[in-house]
Amino acid sequence: MIIVKNLNKSFNGRKVLSDINVTFETGITNLIIGQSGSGKTVLLKSIVGLHDIDSGEVWFDDVLFNKLDFRQKKEIRKQMGMLFQGSALFDSITVEQNVRFPLDMFTNMTMKEKTRRVNFCLERVNIINANKMYPAELSGGMKKRVAIARAIALNPKYLLCDEPNSGLDPITANLIDKLIKEITEEYSITTIINTHDMNSVMEIGEKVIFISDGLKYWEGNKNEILHSDCKLLNDFVFANVLAKQLINK
Amino acid sequence: MFKFLGSLGRYFLLLGKVFSKPEKISVYYKQTIRELIFLGVNSIGITVIISFFMGAAITLQTAYNTENPIYPAYLIGLGCRDSIILEFSSTIVALILAGKVGSNIASEIGTMRVTEQIDALEIMGVNSASYLILPKMIATLIFNPFLTLISIMVGIAGGWFVGTQIIGVITSEQFIYGIQYAFIPYYITYSLIKTVVFAFLITSISAYQGYFVKGGSLEVGQSSTKSVVYSSVFILLFNVILTQLLLS
Repeated sequence: MIIVKNLNKSFNGRKVLSDINVTFETGITNLIIGQSGSGKTVLLKSIVGLHDIDSGEVWFDDVLFNKLDFRQKKEIRKQMGMLFQGSALFDSITVEQNVRFPLDMFTNMTMKEKTRRVNFCLERVNIINANKMYPAELSGGMKKRVAIARAIALNPKYLLCDEPNSGLDPITANLIDKLIKEITEEYSITTIINTHDMNSVMEIGEKVIFISDGLKYWEGNKNEILHSDCKLLNDFVFANVLAKQLINK
Repeated sequence: MFKFLGSLGRYFLLLGKVFSKPEKISVYYKQTIRELIFLGVNSIGITVIISFFMGAAITLQTAYNTENPIYPAYLIGLGCRDSIILEFSSTIVALILAGKVGSNIASEIGTMRVTEQIDALEIMGVNSASYLILPKMIATLIFNPFLTLISIMVGIAGGWFVGTQIIGVITSEQFIYGIQYAFIPYYITYSLIKTVVFAFLITSISAYQGYFVKGGSLEVGQSSTKSVVYSSVFILLFNVILTQLLLS
């Protein structure tokens, strides 16, 4: 479980996040939704400590993460997997080496054990016969799946995804969403997903937080989101032409 | 002024992170070997080419400026040797490597920064500064002295070849006598000390420029240019300081 209490963050005096309070639960997919520039990525990066917060608390289970020093944070981070918007695979090494990287760095497994684990993770995300390929040779969807494989290589307790299906076609995006949900349930991970894709919300939105201009406006689930009385949320949810047509019908 | 002091502080904080205890020695060892090849072995070609031609040019310039009969001919060999050992093979080669290796380091680390690869390392619990910069630093500190020695040998050979075999401004015997005359071995030590300091400056300044880049590909290009400019300026500054410290 990840708990955020009264989180504030500003850049050069400009407030980007104001008094964010939220609990991200274990074993379900927690979605942060909002327009581009609403502060979703800053919130995610503040949670994992890539941005220092101005005030507030970030708890990873019973550990107050934002008060830890560099070395203590490193220990917690070994339990995190993160999927970045652009996948963030290491360009100069192969798919196999990318997935093996955390194992090389933090385990004393033999090469045989590491290879077995890498193959298991790649098969889990349906990447087959691509071990020796470089990231530049992969499609967008494959890169995301390899990034998921790398994120789960060390059996993380926390999985954080920043717009995991941006730039993907709807079918591939759907596959990625389902994969993240399956992995979350299978390994009982605390998963946070940043997205502005309403398909993702309706598919895997077990818990949804809506933020706009750095403020949290709404919290609920995918079933409640269509009946909200929050105007900003409704504007966001029904901005899609297709959604408007369906509602009118 | 405040901006400069801020940058200086950030530079030393980065160095503090770079020299902290590595997560796993074996991974860093492999990475260092890789960097030895990328940054060291791959620089041999350019070092050999420029050293050969610079050695030849120094020999010809010395010959054409000492045509007075009161200067013995062997001074051409001596001038070539000392110019190459004292200044060319350490300082000029370092300036050229600042262009080749420095821009390479800044653009590689800068690209990793803007594509969130450095964030990915941090999230995994890896000390990204140490993992990315320390192997490069060790590789250049180990290999650049070899480049300097290669440069000295090739530069003197270039001077001999062009001066005696191609243009014929001096005989082979006079040139060889000149390069042996009044030889001070400490000059080699002085040259190697300078090389090690310059290698550290090139790697650390370029890594700093790449590590703190913000924005996109345009900014990565700018950081690469800055790394070459700042490395070159600091090489020349430290050249003066080290010369005063080591030769006075």
